[in-house]
Amino acid sequence: MKEINIIVCAKQIPDPEVPFSNVSVDVEKKEVIVDAPNVISPYDENALEAAIRIKEEMGGKITVLSLGRKVSDTVLRKTIAAGADALILIEDPAFERLDSNSVAYVLSCAIRKIGAYDLILTGRQAGDWDSGQVGLLLAELLEIPSISLARSIKIKEDRVLVEKTVPVGYEVVESGLPALVTVSNEVGELRYVSRSKMMGLLKRPMTIPKWGTKDLVDNVERLKKIQLVELSPPPDMRRACLFIEGSTPQEKADKLASFFKELG
Amino acid sequence: MSELLLLVEAKEGLLDKTTLELIRAGSELAKELGIDAAAVVVGNETSPLAESVASYGLKKIYKLEHPLLKGFQPEAWAGALEWLARQITPRIFLISHSFVGKEVAPRLAYRLNTELTTDCLNLRIDPQDGLLIRTKPIYGGNAIAALKCAGLPQMVTVRKNAFEPMEKVATQSDLVDMVPALDESIIKVKSLKTVKEEVVELDKANMVIAAGRGIVAKEDFEMLAALARALSKSQGNVMIGCSRPVVDKGWMSSDRQVGLTGSIIAPDVYIAVGISGAIQHLVGMIRSKKIIAINTDPGCNMFKVADVGVVEDYKTLIPALVKKLEESA
Repeated sequence: MKEINIIVCAKQIPDPEVPFSNVSVDVEKKEVIVDAPNVISPYDENALEAAIRIKEEMGGKITVLSLGRKVSDTVLRKTIAAGADALILIEDPAFERLDSNSVAYVLSCAIRKIGAYDLILTGRQAGDWDSGQVGLLLAELLEIPSISLARSIKIKEDRVLVEKTVPVGYEVVESGLPALVTVSNEVGELRYVSRSKMMGLLKRPMTIPKWGTKDLVDNVERLKKIQLVELSPPPDMRRACLFIEGSTPQEKADKLASFFKELG
Repeated sequence: MSELLLLVEAKEGLLDKTTLELIRAGSELAKELGIDAAAVVVGNETSPLAESVASYGLKKIYKLEHPLLKGFQPEAWAGALEWLARQITPRIFLISHSFVGKEVAPRLAYRLNTELTTDCLNLRIDPQDGLLIRTKPIYGGNAIAALKCAGLPQMVTVRKNAFEPMEKVATQSDLVDMVPALDESIIKVKSLKTVKEEVVELDKANMVIAAGRGIVAKEDFEMLAALARALSKSQGNVMIGCSRPVVDKGWMSSDRQVGLTGSIIAPDVYIAVGISGAIQHLVGMIRSKKIIAINTDPGCNMFKVADVGVVEDYKTLIPALVKKLEESA
């Protein structure tokens, strides 16, 4: 097959691995305040890894598309460092706090603007709202087949062959191209990008297109914001931890063993 | 006449408990709105499941039957449910946030031109406009959002265990046969084979020993297995679980993953080894009766939610613990 054109949709979010003590809720403003650096949503990193593996095997081009609020090219340039070829940022105040249908709509406009593609990969869900819908909605909008929860993706001639996680194990499915596949973490972590490589890349001048409403959307009326009625903090999860002390590991182990004995 | 509709699901051929939870949620909402609650069973042969769901107080059970609905093919199911929704125009459509729900609900919502909210914990009706207020955890559970969406049907997926399962009633639901207009051409994704794997059901464990990012070598799982063997003599069914990074590394299969996108469990005892306690993980195990944390970092989050903590390297602590447990057995 000819070289393959892959689009990866990657969302920038506050690091979801951050301790819960760094997250607070502003009830008045209905905002979640996260004291954490921005990262690429973990499942989107898995999607990028899957794309890079396909490119390594058969050649091709990977374009990363990122829609968000204050999207930062320093965060997203990591995708280039890892192996993507192009990065397009989609940013506009009109695109903030959109509902899932509207996010998918803006992405579909961007993808139509890009033009030719064979495969679209997205993470199975974003690490902030965890809706898990945008990928499938995007495929509906573009009228292409969609496959979700991939743990392995292969291109065979003009078809995509996917192993997807199902409750009893896995299912092997295939469809024609172009197609959209949502990727799960079983695919594997995004390859390591060294700090020096990342720093070098940040210094290199690079044209990163930034698209807004005027570039993409004819009908702004179609964009709908999330209607938040209220936002509240979660129930308190804290427990009073009893620390087992001891001067040696064996002493701690012995005390822990007696704890189990009391339970049993 | 607009009604509330919910999707029935089976597990190993039998009615799934999550469907009984949906019936509870749906019955309450329907009562509040003064509308009927109905369910739909999808398949090529729906009678056994339709009959088993007919004794939970729903007004109607739609039997959506077609040869293409054999097994589960997302495009065929979405197509059939779209057809049904156009026939009966439900006001509310509830689906479990299950494997099937995650596949079907977004596709269906798009086709019905409505906005779906996934993974809801609670549902209520806004008395002003009659819209569904959907409560769902965001940022992994660090905040709880209540939101409203326009569009009909009002559509959500509901998290497992968010509602108590419905009890049986004396009356029987009416069974209604429906044959959707479906054509093979809607199926663009072809299933080649399904490979069954040994799947661990962590929710059946009394005790779960879970490994996290702090586990440095794949061989160290042997240590955890030895601990599981030693503890199983006194603690019942002991299973090994993990947090997400361990699955990403390919060291464990995803059926052992505990957390938001893995299993959400509540064993008697949960032992977190080398798990720092990211919120996505905590959501999966916070309802455990006793939580024990083993970690070298005394400041890590896991200790904040644990009942018992040991600040120690697992590589020295666990072999010592196994030795002690075996001696005193």
